[in-house]
Amino acid sequence: MSEQILTQCTIGGAVRVHVEDGVITRIRPIIFDETDAPSWIIDARGKKFTPARKTSLNPYIVPERMRIYSENRIKYPYKRVDFDPDGNRNPQNRGKSGYERISWDTALDIVSKEIKRIHKKYGPAAITASTGSHHNWGLLFYRFGPFGRFFQQLGFSFLSDNPDSWEGWHWGATHAWGWYWKLGHCDNFDMLEEALKNTEQIVYWSVDPNTSAGGYCGQDSVPWRMWCRDLGIKGIFIDPWCNYTAATIGDKWIAPRPGTDAALAEAIAYVWIKEGTYDKWFVENKTLGFEEFEKHILGKDDGTPRTPGWAAEICDIPARDITALARQWAAKKTMLACGAMYGTAGACRGAYATEWARLMVFLIAMQGLGKPGVNVWGGAAMGAPVDWSFKMPGYSSAGFDAFALVAKKRAENKVKQKVYRLLLPETVMDPPKSWIGEGFCGQSLEQQFTQNISPEPGGSEIKMIYRHGGSYISTMTDTNRYVRMYQHPNLEFVVNQDCHWQSETRFADIILPASTNFEQSDISEWAAPGGYASNNTGCAHRVMIYQKKCIEPLWESKPDYDIYCELAKRIGFLDEFTEGNSREDWIRKIFDISSLPKYISYEDFKKKGYFVVPPPPSDYKRTVSNRWYYEGRTCDSPDPENPLLGTDKADKLGTYSGKIEFVSQSLLKHFPDDKERPPLAQYIPSWEGYNSELSQKYPLQLITPHVRFSYHTQHDNKSPWLNEIPGHRVIKDGYAWWTIRINPCDAESRSIKHGDIIKMYNDRGAILGVVQITERVRPGLVHSYQAGAKYDPLEPGKPGSIDKGGCTNLLTPSRMLSKNVPGMASNSCLVEITKWEV
Amino acid sequence: MAKRYGMVIDINKCSGCYNCQLVCKDEHCGHDYPGYASPQPMTGQFWMRLIERERGTYPKVKVAYTPVLCMQCRDASCIKAAQNGAVYRRPDGIVIIDPIKAKGQKQIVSACPYRVIYWNEELQLPQKCTFCAHLLDDGWKEPRCVEVCPTGALIFGDLNDKNSEVSKLLASGEVLHPEYELKENITYLALPRKFIAGTVAYDDTDECACGVEVTIGSGGKTQITTTNNFGDFEFEGLPDNIEYTLTVKASHYKPLEIKVKTFKDIYTGVLKLVK
Repeated sequence: MSEQILTQCTIGGAVRVHVEDGVITRIRPIIFDETDAPSWIIDARGKKFTPARKTSLNPYIVPERMRIYSENRIKYPYKRVDFDPDGNRNPQNRGKSGYERISWDTALDIVSKEIKRIHKKYGPAAITASTGSHHNWGLLFYRFGPFGRFFQQLGFSFLSDNPDSWEGWHWGATHAWGWYWKLGHCDNFDMLEEALKNTEQIVYWSVDPNTSAGGYCGQDSVPWRMWCRDLGIKGIFIDPWCNYTAATIGDKWIAPRPGTDAALAEAIAYVWIKEGTYDKWFVENKTLGFEEFEKHILGKDDGTPRTPGWAAEICDIPARDITALARQWAAKKTMLACGAMYGTAGACRGAYATEWARLMVFLIAMQGLGKPGVNVWGGAAMGAPVDWSFKMPGYSSAGFDAFALVAKKRAENKVKQKVYRLLLPETVMDPPKSWIGEGFCGQSLEQQFTQNISPEPGGSEIKMIYRHGGSYISTMTDTNRYVRMYQHPNLEFVVNQDCHWQSETRFADIILPASTNFEQSDISEWAAPGGYASNNTGCAHRVMIYQKKCIEPLWESKPDYDIYCELAKRIGFLDEFTEGNSREDWIRKIFDISSLPKYISYEDFKKKGYFVVPPPPSDYKRTVSNRWYYEGRTCDSPDPENPLLGTDKADKLGTYSGKIEFVSQSLLKHFPDDKERPPLAQYIPSWEGYNSELSQKYPLQLITPHVRFSYHTQHDNKSPWLNEIPGHRVIKDGYAWWTIRINPCDAESRSIKHGDIIKMYNDRGAILGVVQITERVRPGLVHSYQAGAKYDPLEPGKPGSIDKGGCTNLLTPSRMLSKNVPGMASNSCLVEITKWEV
Repeated sequence: MAKRYGMVIDINKCSGCYNCQLVCKDEHCGHDYPGYASPQPMTGQFWMRLIERERGTYPKVKVAYTPVLCMQCRDASCIKAAQNGAVYRRPDGIVIIDPIKAKGQKQIVSACPYRVIYWNEELQLPQKCTFCAHLLDDGWKEPRCVEVCPTGALIFGDLNDKNSEVSKLLASGEVLHPEYELKENITYLALPRKFIAGTVAYDDTDECACGVEVTIGSGGKTQITTTNNFGDFEFEGLPDNIEYTLTVKASHYKPLEIKVKTFKDIYTGVLKLVK
């Protein structure tokens, strides 16, 4: 028996991997040893705080061994039985028909011939391709390496993603405080020490950091929030459901109806204005348009003062609680735990969520953003004292071609036409479709105002989709649309390349089995995607990983890079794709451009498998986020993406005026008459909310936050151990059902009992799940996570079929945030529930 | 000196991530450790089990998590129930079910009042947590569940080392069920008990009643607290099934008195003070 202990990285933590005789036997955190760099120590309020000497893992990473060897792995290349590229394609049978195993050569020949055929007949713009986050992890070989470089060199209609996890911040907050290069979130440096030393209260508004801050960072920040609690820093949670963080460390839970958070924010501002308990100096010197805001809040514009009593009716919270919250907030040095990368959740993904996000900026501005103890602290999950002078790129640091970091020539997509992800079904079935703005952009505010159409004049309709990992079904809104799209005759060819059978794998014509990152080598920094997320971390240590191939590719799977090399060879651009580099050559080149060579040789790095970046010296210069703005200095954040650094605007924010804008100058210029995202942010009743007309038919409000025991669809339905966690799925009659949470009063009125199988439905679809009756959801609310990875329609292939697997996004609306804001509003969703089993 | 292992579980540090429950399966499912433990079935057994309990009523709710595993008792009832010495305590205190000798001995399962021994139908074997003895014997410092806990809620170590963290904490902890009298080697800090919480408001102004004195009394003993800015009060860590008289007093308002019993966690709702 020979055992090796290797190092890898995942979406939820850097790991040690035990391998015995070619089989993975254990997945563990990395335990640092005495030769690794020391950990930082923060001295605050007479106590010393230092992190555990290890990496931490998210729960869905612990059973990674089961996911790697899952029966749901795609084991072989397949062809849909009734798909004949030279004859009848039967697109109407996608989702219904079975598959037959084919050889790799056959599969690659079909795919490359189809690409060439479609190029010739329609042009490269007829192909679009899409990837999801994050079925694998790695800097080079995960997605923007093989996938991004291949399709850019090939030429394709770029599929533009909406910022699905923080829509309101991108489309709204940027127009209040800039930060467009971070897609609406501010940076978060040195925030942990700042909070431990100076803060008295944290308002967790619509965030569940114990669940979602670990998106990339494992659970490193969970103890930080416990430290805050133990120091007596109050934790106020505002969320329609008592989320996992609130339920364990919360001091106060305030539960507004979904979609009414902006009204609550306005009422808080009302109390501060009436009682004069806001930072008048800051408002006068650092903001623009407060007079308009004040006029609006006091009701001088429309006769309706935004009093706590006014908001109480809307939010269904006692007015006295709103007043008490406003007073305590004004009296205590308070961090607002949303507005930076790891503090993002529900309220920003609903109708008019732009308004809520802008109002969050207004509230923290009114208390003096950047003043000691007063700041925006994403999820109370960011800003440990780590050394940012140590350089290591992330997978998106060079845009959509990760190899461009070290390649001789960057891949350039010759096709200018784009497709918008949320409009893909309509763009395929009923072109053309137009939309305004870009999602993942980051160069300017104006990018949000561009007029787009697909196909472009002289462009091509979409005839082929190449899906690389991930799933629209269950992650995008109203996903029966995607079922219809896949069966539409306009779509001539569909490829799905993935490690596992995902919800929409079964809609492809050709299925290609990809290996996990445990079956290939790579290099990366834990939790560092780069790009808009550069120098954002919720980890206690910066850990560089040599991701060592642990096992041979399982069954007939191949690493993504190898698959794209084979295709590039058949199509004729292999040399351009690889530039003659082996996999190891690419890794070595990344090592060479990082700061690693200053500390460790390549051989030693490979041998040890990881490197812990030493913390900065204890007297290093702190650059607490937003402090420079409060103090009127040049921005000193070590944020490589900040385009204002080194310019004459370096002491300004990224808005038109350089200040926080109550009345947005960018919106005033581009959409002065927009009633749905007006220049002055304000509460606007949801188009699908508690008092919409539709609520007569569907009286319950469904929220679908990011799931706790999976990262999107990537971990659910792959390991039986996760199904044994009652908050994830519930096993009944041998089937693992999705959980649906309701309040006892709503259960009682429908004669529903805990553990019943229920149907949840509206005009868009229906799903089944097991009900959990809980005091953790407010009356009138249904809580059921998004991203269940088990689309299991009772009538396979039939759009609108009842889904047994629990894909909640079958029910969510495809309507966007507002007229000019193309974000997804999944938390504006009305449903009814009824008992299903007899 | 020889080692004697124990564990302290600090409930205050448990965020309910389930890593401990999951990693036990990573270590034992499909893996055979002869002499220590046969493979755990892929599903259905929880040698380390996280118990999730919801406390209170809307809008005063908490969730308490209690990790439960073999208590490594010094007076282990499973040892007494076993025949042929199929269950034994090692010199380091770890209780092991011999995977060969215990075959067919189903009575061992029900001998444990903590219900942490599971019956493996396929192997006809009682099975439970081994404190990862196979790893400790191989030089590991701690079991897998301790290693993967991100918050340090599981504290493991040598009870014979008076300076070890576990030694220092063990005495201040309490066992989960002292009434079983099994001399458990696992103790808990901050075990969830019952709370009585409520909200006080003034009936005439409908404002939160802040800084108001709230008292609970039972059997001559009283506890006092004051309401916070939201008018909320909370008495935490109360014993089960005790009836309390709860009194709220504020100047210029009539005192208010209600009776509550800690069958479960109590949220009184809004108590309105009238003049």
